[in-house]
Amino acid sequence: MKLSRRKFLTLGGGALILVLIPKGIETSLAGTAPETAPSPIGDWTKEWEKHYWGFAVDTTKCIGCGRCVVACKVENRLPPEPEFTRTWVERYVILEDGEVLVDSPEAGMHGFKDEVANARLRGREIRRSFFVPKLCNQCDDPPCVQVCPVAATHRTADGVVLVDRKRCIGCRYCIQACPYGARYLDPEERVADKCTWCYHRIAQGMKPACVEVCPVGARIFGDFKDPESPVRQVLRKFSVGVLKPDLGTKPKVYYIGLQSGVR
Amino acid sequence: MPGFFYPNEAELQWGLLIVLYPYITGLVAGAFIVSALYHLLKIEALRPVSRLALLTALGFLLVAPLPLLAHLGRPERGFEIFWTPNLSSAMAGFGYIWLLYLLLVTIETWLVFRPDIVHYAQTRRGWLNPIYRLLTLGSHDVSPATLEKEKRLVTTLSAIGVPSAFLLHGYVGFIFGAIKANPWWSTPLMPIIFLVSAIVSGIALLMVIYLAQMKLQRMPVDHLCLRSLGNWLLAFLLADAALTFLEMLSFAYEQEESWEIISQMINRSLALQYGGFQLLLGLFLSVVWLWTANTVRAENAPRGTLFRAVAALLVLGGVFAMRWNVVIGGQLFSRSLYGVRSDLIFPVLGQDGIVTALLILALPVVLVFLMTAIVPPWEEQRPAPVPEAESPRS
Repeated sequence: MKLSRRKFLTLGGGALILVLIPKGIETSLAGTAPETAPSPIGDWTKEWEKHYWGFAVDTTKCIGCGRCVVACKVENRLPPEPEFTRTWVERYVILEDGEVLVDSPEAGMHGFKDEVANARLRGREIRRSFFVPKLCNQCDDPPCVQVCPVAATHRTADGVVLVDRKRCIGCRYCIQACPYGARYLDPEERVADKCTWCYHRIAQGMKPACVEVCPVGARIFGDFKDPESPVRQVLRKFSVGVLKPDLGTKPKVYYIGLQSGVR
Repeated sequence: MPGFFYPNEAELQWGLLIVLYPYITGLVAGAFIVSALYHLLKIEALRPVSRLALLTALGFLLVAPLPLLAHLGRPERGFEIFWTPNLSSAMAGFGYIWLLYLLLVTIETWLVFRPDIVHYAQTRRGWLNPIYRLLTLGSHDVSPATLEKEKRLVTTLSAIGVPSAFLLHGYVGFIFGAIKANPWWSTPLMPIIFLVSAIVSGIALLMVIYLAQMKLQRMPVDHLCLRSLGNWLLAFLLADAALTFLEMLSFAYEQEESWEIISQMINRSLALQYGGFQLLLGLFLSVVWLWTANTVRAENAPRGTLFRAVAALLVLGGVFAMRWNVVIGGQLFSRSLYGVRSDLIFPVLGQDGIVTALLILALPVVLVFLMTAIVPPWEEQRPAPVPEAESPRS
């Protein structure tokens, strides 16, 4: 079971991503195995202080293709099932009568061609429809870090929340405490798992896999400590919102065009 | 139509075992409170069950961490909570609080039963004798002066035990009440609701175990004791009802963003478990039975006891439903507030299955029966005091 899943992902998924992603990116995705090459930046723990990572999502650009979800599954060797996912895409359909319909078939990884969901919309008057990609918000005040009984979940100095898979006891308190549904229990190792903004990539100066493959630039990643970084520019140019700000978690994924009612 | 759930919400994270966890710790806290009512408030009517209450608390307390341990993804790392706790976690303290409380209940139980143990060690022969000798821990002194000193110590331990019991169980309520991500859990009332329902369930459990034991051992039931237990149960049930009503009232009246989905959950997914089991059977009908029992004339005491027994069973079911409604209910709606579900399937076998849960629930009952066989807590079977202890105190 363990082997077949892993093999499925590395072989099948590897082939998949070669087809899906634009040319030129394969090289950067392939060069992630840490044991093959020494880190180009030396003692990376000292690099912590130099960065403060941030993320922006442009909901006006997302086309719901789901490539980001697939890229994440492949890059991070996640279980193939959609209910164990580090990122997903939601479709919001707001009808003229005010009703809000939300769906995310198979976490959105194959787009939104689901017949059953689409049948619900037939004959209804649609006011607005848009896609909302979701991922871990790497909150500045993360409830998951607060509640972890053994401090397996922790925050790095450059602002990313990580899970120490060797410490996690699998109590799932963090999964309950996350207001965004960003966490799940890894079905193989029985420990908590979540999006890391591809920490292994960003620590080496690369972009997260989902940002890399997004064909419309709806996912924007950068360093708050760099004035020229794309996230800083987004915050300067657009009015942005974060998810569930009233919970005081201080999320660091900023949404351009965030419609009220998106939760 | 279930509506929308975040993809990662498809799995039920906390199942039957986490329902058992607050249920069992609640029974511990409640049973201990009964022993404290006798030792601290000197409620003489409760004397027949005061020692059984301690054994019950101890038996359930020993089992309390089991459901937690069994539900962990990595049970072999469970003890990390002791070695490397994260102090900001509301869960990290459970191990310590449980351990301290276990220590306290064990010492108090040992002190209360020590004269019996010494007596059995001296009089009983056969394979049980070494067990009794071991249980004396080498202390055979049952002189009136020592016993008097120990009696005062027991009172002190009871006095420390009551806030500890409150801490143990209020704390379990806080584990849920402190989750701001979940509007069904996140209420400051949660610890106090847990606490009062814990007391309620503990008293009910004691009534059931006491009556079952009397029946099995063919010993007469002390109806006055049952009456007292019933009235304490009634008082705490009324407090429980008031809190439950208050919680629901503020939910329904404030009508926050989450109310739409929560009201759907209560009406659709939890109609039977909440409205039926928790409110109607567990609160309303049990109050009615207890009330009716009080109208029974003294000469018909056995009938009053029967009514109270029915009420106690209803309460045990009702409090279990309450734990269910909190733990499972909190996972029946999406944190996106766009979906409600009721089609959860609970596995029969496996680590998180129904069989495991039943075994864990049966274990403390077996433990209590075992302990009552080794050191009978009944007044009728109290060994005649050892000669020195019999002499009146000067």
